[in-house]
Amino acid sequence: MNAMNHYIKSFLLWELLKGLALTGKYLFARKITVQYPEEKTPQSGRFRGLHALRRYENGEERCIGCKLCEATCPALAITIESDQRDDGSRRTTLYEIDLFKCIYCGFCEEACPVDAIVETREFEYHFEKRGENIMTKDMLLSVGDRQEKQIAFDRTEDAPYR
Amino acid sequence: MIDAALTIWNAIPELLQIVIKIVAVVVPIMLSVAYLTLAERKVIGYIQVRIGPNRVGPRGLLQPIADGLKLAMKEIIIPTNANRFLFVLGPIFTLAPALVAWAVIPFDEGAAIANIDAGLLYILAMTSVGVYGVIIAGWASNSKYAFLGALRSSAQVISYEIAMGFALVVVLMAAGSLNLQDIVLAQKGELGLLDWFWLPLLPMFVVYFISGVAETNRAPFDVAEGESEIVAGFHVEYSGMTFAIFFLAEYANMILISVLTAIMFMGGWLSPFAGTMFEPVLGWIPGFFWLLAKTALLLFLFLWFRATFPRYRYDQIMRLGWKVFIPVTIVWILVVGCLVLGNVPPWFD
Repeated sequence: MNAMNHYIKSFLLWELLKGLALTGKYLFARKITVQYPEEKTPQSGRFRGLHALRRYENGEERCIGCKLCEATCPALAITIESDQRDDGSRRTTLYEIDLFKCIYCGFCEEACPVDAIVETREFEYHFEKRGENIMTKDMLLSVGDRQEKQIAFDRTEDAPYR
Repeated sequence: MIDAALTIWNAIPELLQIVIKIVAVVVPIMLSVAYLTLAERKVIGYIQVRIGPNRVGPRGLLQPIADGLKLAMKEIIIPTNANRFLFVLGPIFTLAPALVAWAVIPFDEGAAIANIDAGLLYILAMTSVGVYGVIIAGWASNSKYAFLGALRSSAQVISYEIAMGFALVVVLMAAGSLNLQDIVLAQKGELGLLDWFWLPLLPMFVVYFISGVAETNRAPFDVAEGESEIVAGFHVEYSGMTFAIFFLAEYANMILISVLTAIMFMGGWLSPFAGTMFEPVLGWIPGFFWLLAKTALLLFLFLWFRATFPRYRYDQIMRLGWKVFIPVTIVWILVVGCLVLGNVPPWFD
């Protein structure tokens, strides 16, 4: 009986019709496409995008050249050289991140004792020439200046969970 | 006005008249092919909860033009070891039969390029020739994938050709004519869509349409392309316009199979409401519209199948063709034979 049942079902294409019914239902389902440049998906406050170097409110750069980020970077994307500034404090003379090497893990941000290096929410960037993938200190600082409000907001939002 | 048009028409030499008729049929077909590709992407997109192409032109309506332009600009690469003559002949051989078969399609009563008595036979011949293009292309490419694709395609088409032929034999028995126009007229009756052949010939309708899907190498019978195993099958080596022609041929064949199914099983240009209470309201709609609507419905089935079913395994295809379809058609030949002998109303009286 069971075999007979199976035979009849397969002869009448029962399973195939069931499949058609399912896809037919989805034909009228609400579409989930996000029309990217016009629409965007919501972004987490912890999003790890383009890097930035932050400054204190008085305009002094935060980075003290401790090289913890360089040491912790699993992709060896960060290169730092530091020297003593005229006022006697230690500052970086070279701070470069190779965005081709970077895996956006966020370890540099975790390692930083002064919250200088951060990853911002910015993700829409591109390179047009060779060498543009290397972010110099000036570029990092300018990203920081541009995004400071968002960066500070995200950090305070996230602070209770740290 | 009409008289003037007729005098002008009759003043044109006959050869030119024929050419004009052919252009009037082929150009809309090519346009439908272009927009069928868009419809396919849209329908499959919708079934996959996406919205499909919508960037080129309003609602993506210029997408087929952009696609065509892209393919036309691309380089045609002919592999070094390919047979140049056959390599170029392949795509032509697939597209030509798909278009030539339209010569006998009746779009309305008396509206066919050639209303010949052996129409069905002609159709059968033309749709079978199409596979030669695939075989030639696969062989001429001198590539193992293309060759495997061509072999699969020929085996598959031979298997399904038989079931298809038998299904057509049943139609022929039911209609008592090989002339496509007579086949449609044989389905005319007082009961509207219940008078059409799909009802007494339901298994044949299903067999013919599924064989048609197999014949056009469409999913779920697209082993000739079989992306997962043989890259793109018979057209791996083709690029640019030569590839585009294969593409056109595939879609033109889809439309052809749909139109044929509509003519033979769904009453061609006949209105589904003929003889019912809706006839006075909908009687003004030209027959061509009904044929178009039926064809569109069947084409939608093609797309729906593609979005739903995974590819059949090769031995399953063979089993379905030889062990299911052919026996079913043979049994139904007997059944319909009895029905015709018994003059069973409303179809065979």
